[in-house]
Amino acid sequence: MNITVCIKQVPGTTQVKINPETGTLIRDGVEAVVNPFDEYAIEEALRIKDRIAGTIVKVITMGPPQAETALRSAIAMGADKGYLITDRAFAGSDTWATSYTLARGIKAMGETHLIICGKQAIDGDTAQVGPGVAEMLGLPFVAWVRKVEEISERAIRVERLMEEGYDIVEMSLPGLITVVKEINTPRMASLKGKMRARSAKLVMLDAATLQAEKGKIGLTGSPTQVLRSFVPERKSGGEKVSGEVPQLVDKIVATVLELNVIK
Amino acid sequence: MGIKIDLEKCIGCRLCVKACALNAIEVIDKKAVIDTATCNLCAACVEACRKYAAITITKDHSGSGVDISQYKNVAVFIEQRHGIVAGVSYEMLGEGRKLADRLGERLIAVCIGSAMQKQAEELVKYGADKVYYMDGEVLTHFSDERYATIVADFIAETKPAIFLAGATAIGRSFIPKVAARVYGGLTADCTKLEIDTERRLLLGTRPAFGGNLMATIICPHHRPQMATVRHKVMKPALRNEVRTGEVMVRRFENGAVAERTKIVDFVKEVESTVNIAEADIIVAGGRGIGKPENFALLRDLAEVLGGAVGASRAAVDAGWIPYSHQVGQTGKTVCPKLYIACGISGSVQHMAGMQSSEFIIAINRDPVADIFQIASLGIVGDVSQVVPALTKAFKEKLGK
Repeated sequence: MNITVCIKQVPGTTQVKINPETGTLIRDGVEAVVNPFDEYAIEEALRIKDRIAGTIVKVITMGPPQAETALRSAIAMGADKGYLITDRAFAGSDTWATSYTLARGIKAMGETHLIICGKQAIDGDTAQVGPGVAEMLGLPFVAWVRKVEEISERAIRVERLMEEGYDIVEMSLPGLITVVKEINTPRMASLKGKMRARSAKLVMLDAATLQAEKGKIGLTGSPTQVLRSFVPERKSGGEKVSGEVPQLVDKIVATVLELNVIK
Repeated sequence: MGIKIDLEKCIGCRLCVKACALNAIEVIDKKAVIDTATCNLCAACVEACRKYAAITITKDHSGSGVDISQYKNVAVFIEQRHGIVAGVSYEMLGEGRKLADRLGERLIAVCIGSAMQKQAEELVKYGADKVYYMDGEVLTHFSDERYATIVADFIAETKPAIFLAGATAIGRSFIPKVAARVYGGLTADCTKLEIDTERRLLLGTRPAFGGNLMATIICPHHRPQMATVRHKVMKPALRNEVRTGEVMVRRFENGAVAERTKIVDFVKEVESTVNIAEADIIVAGGRGIGKPENFALLRDLAEVLGGAVGASRAAVDAGWIPYSHQVGQTGKTVCPKLYIACGISGSVQHMAGMQSSEFIIAINRDPVADIFQIASLGIVGDVSQVVPALTKAFKEKLGK
């Protein structure tokens, strides 16, 4: 079967720092990594490949030319083929335009039985592109998948994480799932994988190849715009107390009762 | 479409150069120059240059072909689980009412379920001018495809200017599909909504980068302006017995939407009965509580306070408690009224998931733990001693 994994290159999370004067992200020297949730998506695709002989795992991303390193990381883990959607015309895309463009890209890749996305990217945190792609392709969709129980070319049975537990959901394929962290532990790339990734030939896709409608891509095709961005006011630490347990307990009890939050 | 630098305003300060993730800006002869082949119009430089306002990004054309004057009123999605209206829906009604009043428009509640006519009628008492209720046995349980189709059809028919839904597992699953279908502008997980009354635009403010950056998003040329809204941030609507409104009931035709997904079963998993996303009080534990058995101490405290139990990633990864309790960037984002962090050191990722809590108490043996930097009250002490004593003290005080 054919599996497509959508990935995004994001700034390494722990290194994100904000310039307090200008209120902007300091991106100097911040390493670009594969969005952590997408690593779970890649790993799950590889696990299905391990189970079902003849499975091909393709990864696709949209971004500037340097996003190819994200594709190479996925290939190093074991993905078979990488597709890079890159074109100036796509700059400034919001989640709608990104979903549209990725859907065009996936269509151009040939038959796909299952599309896997991470539940969200850690920079934008929207969780909107996975369902958006499913909708644009007219495919059924299950979000927040924490376990793939059964899978064939025609159907999949998964556990979907909800607020108070999980649903067991069956979906016909082709279809799309987004996965949460709990689903697996991503493997490390092997040396052999890294070698293969370095020389792997990537498929480049631009606006013309995708026959994307001009009015639906990039800044022009994006319904939403960022009006402004700013650094939230940090909570500054309040009183800090140390001492004997009874004193500490009295302090907490008095504080909590004053908050008037216990029903 | 393009990015422009006003050379008269540019002073060559290089702030934009530092802000650019793609290294697309250089300063030549004390003026910024943008390599437009590399620039992806992310607008980070526009922000960096706010003081001098020398950089602007413009679109080719401003229209989307949509006649936005046709769109009126505020609609909110009413989420139900097992036939009971979810708490977040009352928050949507409260916030939706405010926005509708600011615009001088009507508030419409959209409810999807089975045999819920009574509950649907009740929504009027909570601020809805009109309730649109779609009834059908198969609608008891959430279905992305059916719900998306019903809401998209509602939007096509009713043309609301604004559409809100809770940023819940359900809302964040199917609302993006609706936005994709109707070409609406959707802002995820908003923590603040305002109206620009002059332009009659919805301003949705939301955290990004794990809460390290806030962004205010607008949707000027497409409709509806859609947003999912985080739980517990907006004030719930209060019941008003004398309010009146219109209720429209529709029957769902079973064959109307091809159903390609099916819920086979639901398994309740969270140990305590309180859902951490909706809890007012959360008692959370990290590796610093010492051993997995100590979560029992936290559970006892949570029970006395009527709260829920949360955990750090470290505690979940160690297998001390299931993932559904995890708070943080790769877990759940919570904003309770009171968050008690026990033995949690306070990683950037954990704080991203709980720093918007109203009041934070941190209990940690390490006096320099990072968590103290954001704690409203810091307690330097041993969790295994402080927490049981605390539970006992609360039991006495509260007479439990």
